[in-house]
Amino acid sequence: MADYDQELDATGLNCPLPILRAKKALAGMESGQVLRIVATDPGSVKDFDAFARQTGNELMDSGEDSGKYTFLMKKA
Amino acid sequence: MEEKKLAIIATKGTLDWAYPPFILASTAAALGYETQVFFTFYGLQLLRKDLSGVKVSPLGNPAMPMKMPYGPQWFRDVNWNMPNALMSIVPGFESMATGMMKKTMREKGVASIEELRDLCQEAEVTMIACQMTVDVFGFSPSDFIDGIEYGGAATFFEFAGESDVNLFV
Repeated sequence: MADYDQELDATGLNCPLPILRAKKALAGMESGQVLRIVATDPGSVKDFDAFARQTGNELMDSGEDSGKYTFLMKKA
Repeated sequence: MEEKKLAIIATKGTLDWAYPPFILASTAAALGYETQVFFTFYGLQLLRKDLSGVKVSPLGNPAMPMKMPYGPQWFRDVNWNMPNALMSIVPGFESMATGMMKKTMREKGVASIEELRDLCQEAEVTMIACQMTVDVFGFSPSDFIDGIEYGGAATFFEFAGESDVNLFV
């Protein structure tokens, strides 16, 4: 995965906390910066996709490795 | 992108029904919706400073799984069949079920009602207490958290009328 500016550990958190924490983290970042999010909630895969489409932030990459879901979100 | 709007009416004051309005309102706010929740009748319980009175009752609710949040997995998987007649005579049954639900939620990484409500306030979700039911139930503004507004049905419709999504919970 590519470089990122900030990381958010959302492991162990369930809906809607990963989204809310990501929103908060992005609010403190600058446009064009990249947030890496790590989550364990399987529902977060579809949710971060939907979050990106509705907020205009770009979901650059996502992946799964042994129950951990990783997302790279670029702030709009 | 023009800001979308979500209006919710929260009418229920039990622990299970406390989740939907706060989860939806906080998530909508994170997605950029301007969000307003109108709390009326039993929903007013969700605005109280002290949320310890917000409980869940398995009585008359056959859809509620009764599983123990303790012990080994095989024990946790058992769905206890509790007849209504039994639940209604055992003292403290509601408190026990409430404690179990809170523990299960915590273990599954779900936020508490207090936490979700704080997140809503942080995200500037407008919360309105129905003035009429505040009077009917004899609440005083000091019972409720700060930062809420008071109004009636007309106040709700002023915002709901121009909302993209309206939900009754």
